Amino acid sequence: MSTSTTLEAPKTGTWDGGNEPLKASYGKLMMWFFLLSDAFTFGALLIVYGLSRHSHLPYTGSPDDFTFSTEWWPIPEKVFNAFPGFHGVDLPLAFVALMTMILILSSVTMVLAVEAGHRMDKNDVQKWLMWTILFGGIFLGCQAWEWAHFISGTDEGMLLADGTRIFGANLTMNQYGPPLFADLFFFITGFHGTHVFSGVVLLVMVFINTVNGVYHKRGHYEMVEKVGLYWHFVDLVWVFVFTFFYLI
Amino acid sequence: MAAHSDHSNDLHQTGEIPKAQTKVIWKTFFILVALTAVEFLFAFTMDAGTLRNAIFIILTIFKAFYIVAEFMHLKHESKALIWSILIPMALVIWLMVALISEGSYYFDSIRNYFN
Repeated sequence: MSTSTTLEAPKTGTWDGGNEPLKASYGKLMMWFFLLSDAFTFGALLIVYGLSRHSHLPYTGSPDDFTFSTEWWPIPEKVFNAFPGFHGVDLPLAFVALMTMILILSSVTMVLAVEAGHRMDKNDVQKWLMWTILFGGIFLGCQAWEWAHFISGTDEGMLLADGTRIFGANLTMNQYGPPLFADLFFFITGFHGTHVFSGVVLLVMVFINTVNGVYHKRGHYEMVEKVGLYWHFVDLVWVFVFTFFYLI
Repeated sequence: MAAHSDHSNDLHQTGEIPKAQTKVIWKTFFILVALTAVEFLFAFTMDAGTLRNAIFIILTIFKAFYIVAEFMHLKHESKALIWSILIPMALVIWLMVALISEGSYYFDSIRNYFN
């Protein structure tokens, strides 16, 4: 007996794999549990941010007189206030607002692709996947710019006690505040950016399969749904990163 | 691109494609945009403090609810699946409370040591 014939026979017995207590397919279920474990990782990173922040001196003076110092934790609004093409203009959180909008929009186009998949509408799936890939790519570009700006620093830099100035940030030195602030910025936004990048790669693969009609022949677009779950999770993580890193 | 591709894959299409049902999706999108806008409103009009942080966290939880429930469709899954995702997240809340109070303690003990 060949393996294909045994695979084709559906299992129907309660103790033979025929029972589906969670009423979700294997693939979807495993995606949910993967995302749960990923949520633990991101949760741990954000919690370490909270721990580091609470173990440093907060800035207590008036926000208008704020200067960068390794003595206290910086106010995020004063760190993330640059926008491409507006050099030297103080635009607090404007760029990160744009990035948030792009990611929410990409989540909507993703859910529209999933919806089109339910209707077996190949052209619509293609169209919305394309938009999602585009928004994901734009988001990655924005993050690259933000990293470049964070690493190269501002014009003024930070004045040290010995009269020298340091500009920008790396893993050991940071013009914006304690070195841990930069480390956590690189780790948290970097780990999220890696997820966005993986998501775009997955979306491109699913897009190619959709164009080739793989899912149409299979009779369902569940793969779009599973990648969609991952993509929404990436958006969800950004919502939390945005609040805990940029707003609070 | 579509005009040049062969249509051999389209043979399985039977009948009309149903019309898209996107009302709920766009409604969720506008709720998310509105909540983000409210967050910015608070960020620029209110002084930093515990109350503002609490408002941010509550709004974030609302946004998370809409993304997970509607976009990820968890609201429409079986109850067993909903709980098997939500209950483990309680561990994260516990870790958060534990480590943030630990951070405050660490900060206090360092400050007291030097003063």
